Amino acid sequence: MSDKIKVESFNLFYGDNQALKDIGLNLEEKKVTALIGPSGCGKSTFLRSINRMNDMIPGVSTTGIIEIDGKNVYREEQDLVQLRKNVGMVFQQPNPFPLSIYDNITYGPRIHGITKREELDMIVERTLVQANLWDEVKDRLQSSALGLSGGQQQRLVIARVLAIQPDVILMDEPASALDPISTERLEDLITQLKNDYTIVIVTHNMQQAARVSDMTAFFLNGEIIEYSMTSQLFTSPKDSRTEDYISGRFG
Amino acid sequence: MEQLVTNQVAEQKRPLSEDLKKPLPKILQAERRGRVLTYVSSWVLLLILFSLLIFITSKGAAPFISGEVSFAEFFSTKWNPGENSYGALSFILGSLIVSVCAAIVSAPLGIGAAIFMTEIAPKWGRKILQPATEILVGIPSVVYGFVGLTVVVPFIREQFGGLGFGLLAGVIVLSIMILPTIVSISVDTLQSIPRHLREGSYALGATRWQTISRLLLRTSLPGLMTGVVLGMARAFGEALAVQMVIGNSPNLPFNLLTPISTLTSIITLNMGNTVQGSTYNSILWSMALILLLMTLLFVVLIRWITKRREQS
Ligand SMILES: Nc1ncnc2c1ncn2[C@@H]1O[C@H](COP(=O)(O)OP(=O)(O)O)[C@@H](O)[C@H]1O
Ligand SMILES: [Mg+2]
Repeated sequence: MSDKIKVESFNLFYGDNQALKDIGLNLEEKKVTALIGPSGCGKSTFLRSINRMNDMIPGVSTTGIIEIDGKNVYREEQDLVQLRKNVGMVFQQPNPFPLSIYDNITYGPRIHGITKREELDMIVERTLVQANLWDEVKDRLQSSALGLSGGQQQRLVIARVLAIQPDVILMDEPASALDPISTERLEDLITQLKNDYTIVIVTHNMQQAARVSDMTAFFLNGEIIEYSMTSQLFTSPKDSRTEDYISGRFG
Repeated sequence: MEQLVTNQVAEQKRPLSEDLKKPLPKILQAERRGRVLTYVSSWVLLLILFSLLIFITSKGAAPFISGEVSFAEFFSTKWNPGENSYGALSFILGSLIVSVCAAIVSAPLGIGAAIFMTEIAPKWGRKILQPATEILVGIPSVVYGFVGLTVVVPFIREQFGGLGFGLLAGVIVLSIMILPTIVSISVDTLQSIPRHLREGSYALGATRWQTISRLLLRTSLPGLMTGVVLGMARAFGEALAVQMVIGNSPNLPFNLLTPISTLTSIITLNMGNTVQGSTYNSILWSMALILLLMTLLFVVLIRWITKRREQS
């Protein structure tokens, strides 16, 4: 197994406030890694560090290294467009654009220079099939994406990410706004996607982490307390704080 | 902040819990008083509006009903009140063209400034440009007209020849006047686009310019259009500043440098010189009626745009 993402002594500051402290972990290719921990412990911040979405927040500074395929994404000559094309992101709140379903999917490919109608049509069908949404929307591709249910919107957003053909997909609590049935469908989708993509998912639902992930990292106050195979972390945690957290004693 | 204020109020008076326990009648009375007050205000408003509508309509329709002037005459370009010719078409077109041109000039400038203020330099924009637009809104129109008269008109005269007064001068003055309207409405619209949509776009690898042109402008189009139409309505109804620079000759507005007239400029210039009840005076009312109808049209247009936005 090769490592897709390598993080070494990574620190992040919001102004003077340090949100990530000396993070180090390696994420394997085509595996699902879950990030768990109480809210405010830096999970989202870490996730957004991988595709450098934190760059847009004024006052953020970082030290250390995050490598994807052996290249530090924080190096000077890193092209942000290329990075984000390679590392897709799904947000907590489903955020389809107020455009048609078709235009949502083709938004990314068009930005990256694909203009041929047939090619775009193919991408739309392929990604919607991949996201288990095709059957539900194939007859109304031109209607507004805002008319979809929350669960459908989240799968649409995943299809939109797949359309830019990333290697890595980051998901920040993608199921927290969904009902149980939509959540289950989303988890099925994640399990299916890990054959082709390296996935990092933030969740505060421990059962979810246990169900979908191969590896789990436990965050606390901006630090990684424990990082190991999911089965191991949930059955025999090494650190007492991990144990306290997964047994529901805080958070 | 708000909480603080309510807390202070609560401390000065008795706590609300006490109030709620016993003196129900008192609260009911306040409720009733409030309801009566709002009812009365809205009825007064409606009454004023309807009397205005009826007044202007009856005054404006009078010359046609009495047969003094025919519709065909009114919608012709022959304007010579001394010889009983009352064709207002030049002024109707003048008003329309000057405001449409002002909107065409002002829309890209205003929307561009709004994008700069919200997307490119939000800090600087909010600190300097926003107060600046608010000041621009507050400047009285006579000042705009005066500046137009002393700066714009001579400038046109020197650059392009002619008198300087005319359509072009009107367009320039009006486009500056309506700029703040377009800017502030565009800013509101752009700011109301939720942050997570922008993030979604950036996370797909879009650049700032792509996010602006492909996502933000597209999703905020109805709001931006509302701003432009409101600006146009303001230009259409503006009288003083226009009258100071437009030249006030009854010409058709098909040349940027010719002095023309608008409905508003004709009304303001002549209402004091005509005799109540004369045909000339009544025709001015007919023009006011046209202005009113056009304003109604603008309102309907804006409602239609916002309704479509809510549907999509
Ligand atoms: N935009 C921001 N500006 C300043 N501080 C922030 C910002 N976003 C998050 N933080 C701080 O960073 C810490 C980690 O937040 P976050 O990564 O959102 O935690 P989590 O996703 O685990 O709930 C928190 O203390 C939070 O207050
Ligand atoms: Mg979070």
